[in-house]
Parts: sequence; structure tokens; C-alpha cells
Amino acid sequence: MLKRLILTVMLVLFTLPLAAVEPEEVLSDPVLESRARELSKGLRCLVCRNESIDESNADLARDLRILVRERLVAGDSDEEVIAYLVDRYGEYVLLNPTTKGANLLLWIAAPLALFLALAGALYYVIRRSRAPTVDQTLSDGEKARLDQILNG
Amino acid sequence: MPKTEYHPAMIAELGHFALILALMVAVAQTIIPLVGAHKGWSGWMAVAEPAATLQFLLTGGAFAALTYAFVTSDFSLALVTANSHTAKPMLYKVTGVWGNHEGSLLMWVMILSLFGASAAWFGQNLPATLRARVLGVQASIGVAFLAFILFTSNPFARLAVPPLNGEDLNPLLQDPGLAFHPPFLYLGYVGLSMSFSFAVAALIEGRVDAAWARWVRPWTLAAWLFLTIGIALGSWWAYYELGWGGFWFWDPVENASFMPWLLAAALLHSAIVVEKREALKSWTILLAILAFGFSLIGTFIVRSGVLTSVHAFATDPERGLFILMILGVFMIGALVLYAMRASAMEARGVFSVVSRESMLVLNNVLLAVAALIVFVGTIWPLVAEAFFERKLSVGPPFFNASFTPFMVLLAIVLPIGAILPWKRGRIGKALKSLRWPLALAVLAGALLWAMQTGRSAFGPIGIFLAVWLITGSVVDLGLRSGRGGLGDRFQRVLRLPRADWGKAVAHAGLGLTILGISAMMAYEVEDIRVAHVGEGYEVSGYTITLNGVEELRGPNYLATRADLTIERNGAEVARLFPEKRVYPVAGMPTTEAAIDLGVTRDLYLVIGDAQANGGWAVRTYIKPFANWIWLGAIIMGLGGVLSLTDRRYRIAAGARKTRATPVPMPAE
Repeated sequence: MLKRLILTVMLVLFTLPLAAVEPEEVLSDPVLESRARELSKGLRCLVCRNESIDESNADLARDLRILVRERLVAGDSDEEVIAYLVDRYGEYVLLNPTTKGANLLLWIAAPLALFLALAGALYYVIRRSRAPTVDQTLSDGEKARLDQILNG
Repeated sequence: MPKTEYHPAMIAELGHFALILALMVAVAQTIIPLVGAHKGWSGWMAVAEPAATLQFLLTGGAFAALTYAFVTSDFSLALVTANSHTAKPMLYKVTGVWGNHEGSLLMWVMILSLFGASAAWFGQNLPATLRARVLGVQASIGVAFLAFILFTSNPFARLAVPPLNGEDLNPLLQDPGLAFHPPFLYLGYVGLSMSFSFAVAALIEGRVDAAWARWVRPWTLAAWLFLTIGIALGSWWAYYELGWGGFWFWDPVENASFMPWLLAAALLHSAIVVEKREALKSWTILLAILAFGFSLIGTFIVRSGVLTSVHAFATDPERGLFILMILGVFMIGALVLYAMRASAMEARGVFSVVSRESMLVLNNVLLAVAALIVFVGTIWPLVAEAFFERKLSVGPPFFNASFTPFMVLLAIVLPIGAILPWKRGRIGKALKSLRWPLALAVLAGALLWAMQTGRSAFGPIGIFLAVWLITGSVVDLGLRSGRGGLGDRFQRVLRLPRADWGKAVAHAGLGLTILGISAMMAYEVEDIRVAHVGEGYEVSGYTITLNGVEELRGPNYLATRADLTIERNGAEVARLFPEKRVYPVAGMPTTEAAIDLGVTRDLYLVIGDAQANGGWAVRTYIKPFANWIWLGAIIMGLGGVLSLTDRRYRIAAGARKTRATPVPMPAE
């Protein structure tokens, strides 16, 4: 009896919300809801370590999810919702970094690095294709060793 | 007090002592063989081998002592108190040894010295100077990390007043998937230290040739194999443990293991060019240095907690600084040596622009740039804050957009590169050989495209690439069977070297993983609702009924367990019991999803909170082809194993015996 009581008290004490999006948060309009989900995936749960509000169980993430849905229901476009959140919480909230200012470097890093690497590789490959052929045939000693390795 | 009570305590003391001795042995193993190799003193060089064995025995002994302390719950050790509990199951008492900063570092150096010792045992046929140098460089890494442990992270630190019981291990880590994830990752990270040591030793020697590549490749292959398994285990764990079935989050710590994996994969391929064609030498050396560098960066990221992440269970700036110093010393040292000596690595092989060699160069470009992009994205928040005073995040949307194109490109060119001949090939001829894979892949992609409406392009592109890679691997094997009747060719395929099989199997494995990932991204179904006991609901043709919810008690946790039946067309498909748990000692809740594994789909159920009106929050996911992600990784690993057991590595070991004097470097 006492065991059961302790068990129950423990469970009540430690009941933290475990699932991310809760059923009561879900909007009845499926189009709005799917927009909300997409937006949530790109927004950071500010108090978590590297989780989006769509995945997080934290209270703040829940508040933000509800906020996103309120803005959508009020008629905001996706951009307006994001602008609203950035206004309040700073660009830290965006998991998808903007292309503004120095972030341009981040975004052009991939194409730029690929271009440079391809150029370098092409230079190397063309140089190799024009290099004089080095004598690649085996000497008698090497042939003997090869024979010994393969058959010995 | 009776003498026996001191016994466990003494074992920890012995472990500490063994660790100090290991540091001294490592110092000797660094200095004596390197000096010996330089001066040509064979007696000094010969020190390396027994020293490597001894160093391993000592670190292994220290690790055993710490394990003993955990198993016997010796709470006089601060580490055991902070990470264990008497009620914890035995498995997690053992895995708790490395589920923390100090213990995991001890495991790191133990594996490091294990690799050093294996190089000493299996490297009997290496030229004496090269072997002495490899072991010396390897030991110098040991010196750095043993000093790091002893001075900043002593696992054997005592508590003045031992408590009655411990604080328990982080419940998230009390899971078989995660318990064995770190050892595999460490085997991978640390395995790359061997490639590094070989690269630095070759720079000191001033010589890189086909034989060198042949020695380096098995170590790189082993490291890559362990990283593959380690990453797959971690991702599998995230899939079933974190409660919504994500399998990759682009978390800094995941990236930390992914970058060395990408570079190890590049290194594997470039070492083939060195081995077969004596080209790409200095690039391969650079890659070997960088791959280990990224392992150290990974260790730094995880251990310093400089990038916040769900994994950082040890965050300490002082320790971070120490690892940064180790990273700086080894990377700057190796790169300076590289700058001085790389020009001596003259290429010999000549090849045309369309050739296997060129395609392997392209492979390296794609893998290395992909690794660079992951790196840039991972450290960008740090750079932005330090230099541009912007606090921002770089999350999955960035990585998905920037990284995916590289993998798509890689998968497109892979089957062509795999069948192009060395030296000189013709694209037209290669494409002709691949006409059936291409036709099948296009057909599969087009079919899927036609069947779906308004979905993402991930599905069709993914299945195109998967079919292309898998059937391309079959063609690759088929082409090697020569001419003649089907029976003869089949016989010949079976007799192909294991390395050829390894290549085809690993490439097909990549195809399976791509298939799983794209199917999951494109066709996952999710349902979130309040379920009432006894009432069924429909998700994609499955009828799911909540039979009841009960409360249970585990060995060191309390659980709420739901009982659900899943039916399809009136027949029971599965009965699942998702749980949510609370670990009272650690005060932490966890989700235990219940999954019905299937070939074409996983049914994934998660139980949430009790609702005010008497129902329960239940989340249902249908994850198409989910298992194929990890199946593909396992098959990739299997390909690695096949390659690793190829006959030519065993022959290569014997090849050197007869070479009395090293061939001088080719003159410019």
C-alpha cells in the first residue's frame, strides 16, 4: 500500500511533458497546421540544446508553438510569423540562418569551396595526364620478388 | 578495521599508479625510437615494440581497475559516486565506466595504446626505421592524452567522505544502443591516429610509395569501419529513444563524428590511388593528417562543451583549452613537417582526364568539401559571435540544403567511377555497360514520381540513386567476371578478390542507406491525438486501439506503460507497449517508444501525458523503410570487413622481408 502510494506520488511529481506537439495544440485547419509544423521545424527552442520547437518538450517550446499557431490563425504569412519571432527573440531563434551580412559567407562556402576544389583537381588531373610517362615496367629483381611473393 | 575493507580501494590506487607508469613508458617510447631511427641505432629502435606492448598493458590495467571500482560500487571514488548507483543493472555499471568524461578519456588512451601495440605486433615486416617512427609518433599522442588525464581529469580522484550511494548515470545513457556507441566511435577516432602516425613517419622518412599505402589502408579501413558502426548505433539510439523517430540532427557532436567519417572515406579512396598508381601521394598524406585532426576537433567539441549540444555531459573550459593545445601542437607540427617535405612526394603514375584515378580525385573533392561544409556550419555560430557579434544558430535546414547536393553528386558519379579502367577510359563505354542500371533507376524514380502527388522530390530522387548504386554494384562485379557462359562467369565472380566484393558491397550499402533516408524524409506519416481506452483510431489503414495504461516499477526507474493493439484488415499486426520512464535518482524522464519493425515500414508509437478528459496523448508514426538506413550502414561496414580480410594485405605484410635496402627517393 505504502509502496503504491510512493509510486503514485513519484509519478505525479516527475510528470513532465514528454511528447513534443501535444494533441490540444493541433489546429483544426490541416493546411494551417502543416504550415505551423514546417515553421516549427526551423525555429530553435531557446532554452534547449540544439532542438527545434517542433521536437522539444520544454515549456518555452510549447509556448512558442502556440504563439506560431496564434499568428497563423490571425492571418500572418510564414514570413510575418518569422519576422515576429526574430523581432522578439533575435536571429538566434532561426535554425535556418539568414543570408544577411556575414552569413553570406556561410551560404556561399559550399559552392565556393566546391568550385575551388574542382578547379584544383582539374589542374592536377590535366597536369598528370600530360606528365611524361615514367618507366613503369618491373626490373628483373622486382619480377623475381613478385614471383616469390605470389608463389612463395 | 579488517584488512579486506581496504582491498577495493587499493585496486583503484594501482590503476592510478599504472596510469602514471603508462605516461612514463609513453615518453620513453616517443623519444628513444625516434632518436634511434634518426641515428640508425637499431637497439634504440627496438625499444618501440616492447614499450608499445607495455603501454597497452598499463592503460588496460588502469581501465580494468576503474571497471572494478564501478562494478563493486566503490563510492570513495568521486567518479563512481557521480555516475553510478547500487540499484543500477550490472550492464550499466560497466558501461558507466565510459559514460562520463574521465572514464571515456581513459578508454580513449587505452584504445590508442591498443592500436600502437597492434601496430607493433602486426607490423613485424615494416622496415625498421618506419616502424620505430610510427610507434614513436603514436606514443607522442599517448603522452599528450595521458598527461591530459592525469593533470585535468583523473578518474581515480577520491572523495574524503564516501557517500552511502551514488548519483546514478544519466538515464539517457542507460540503454544498450548508447552504451556501446562511444567505444565504437572511439575505436574509429583513435584508429585514425594510426593513419596520422604513418603519415608523419612517412614525412620524416621522406618517402611514400605503394607499399606505404598498403600498410596505411587497413588501419584507415578499420577506423572507418568502427566509425560507421559507431555513428549507426548512435543514430539508431536517437531513433528509438528520443521519442519522435528522428535519426540525425546535425548536432555539433554528431557532426564531430561525421567529419572524420567523411575524411576517412576520402582517405580510403585516395590511398587506393597511391597503392595502385603511385599518384596523389602528398594529398593522401595531408588527408591522413586532417582526418586525425578532425578526430581531435571532435574530441575537443565533445569534451569542452564549447558548442552547446545535447551530448555535452562534461563542460569545462580548462579541459577544452588543454585539448585545443594538443590539437594545435599536433596539427601545426604535422602541417609544418608536411610543408617542408610534401614536395619530395613525387607522383609517378600518369593517367588521362577520363580514368579511375580522376574519378577517385572527384570522390575526394566531394567528400572533402562536404566535410568542410559540415565543419563551417558547425563552428559558424562561434565565428559569428566572436567576429560579427551576432548570436545565431545553424541548424538542420542549413545542413540539409548545403550537404545533400554533395551526396547526390557523389552517388551519381560513383557507379561510373567504379567501373572506369585505370589510366584511360571512355565515358561512353562505361555508360554503355551501365545502361541497365540507368534504365532501371530512371524507371523506378519515374514510377514513384507518377504515383505521388504534391510530395517532395526526395522520394523519386532517392530511389533513383539507390537503384543506380545497387544495380551499378552488381554490374561492377559482373564486368570483372570476364567473358564466357553464365556459369563460368558466376564461378569467376565468386573467386574475385575480397577487396572487389568489399567495394561492391559497401557501395550497395550506401544505396540502401540513401533509400531509407529519402523514403523516411518523403513519406513519413504522423498522427498526434488523444486516445481513449477501448476506442480505436485509424492511421494509414492501420487500426490502433489503446487497451489500457498501467504503472510499473523497474530496477531504478518508474514507468507508465501503455498497451496498444494494431490491426490491419481485422488481423492483429502487433501489440506494442510504449513507456515513459522517470529515473528518480537522476530526476529525469525518458521516452521509450515501442516500435514494430518491418521490412517496408516501422510502426512507431509514443505514449504522452494523461489528459484532463481521461484519455492519453498518443503519437503514431509510420516510417517507411526506416530500417534500411541502418541496414545500409551495416552492409557498408560488411564491405569494409570484406576488404580488410583481402589476401593482398596479408601478402603485403610479407612483401617487405626481402627488401634489404630502402629504394632511394626518385630524383626530380
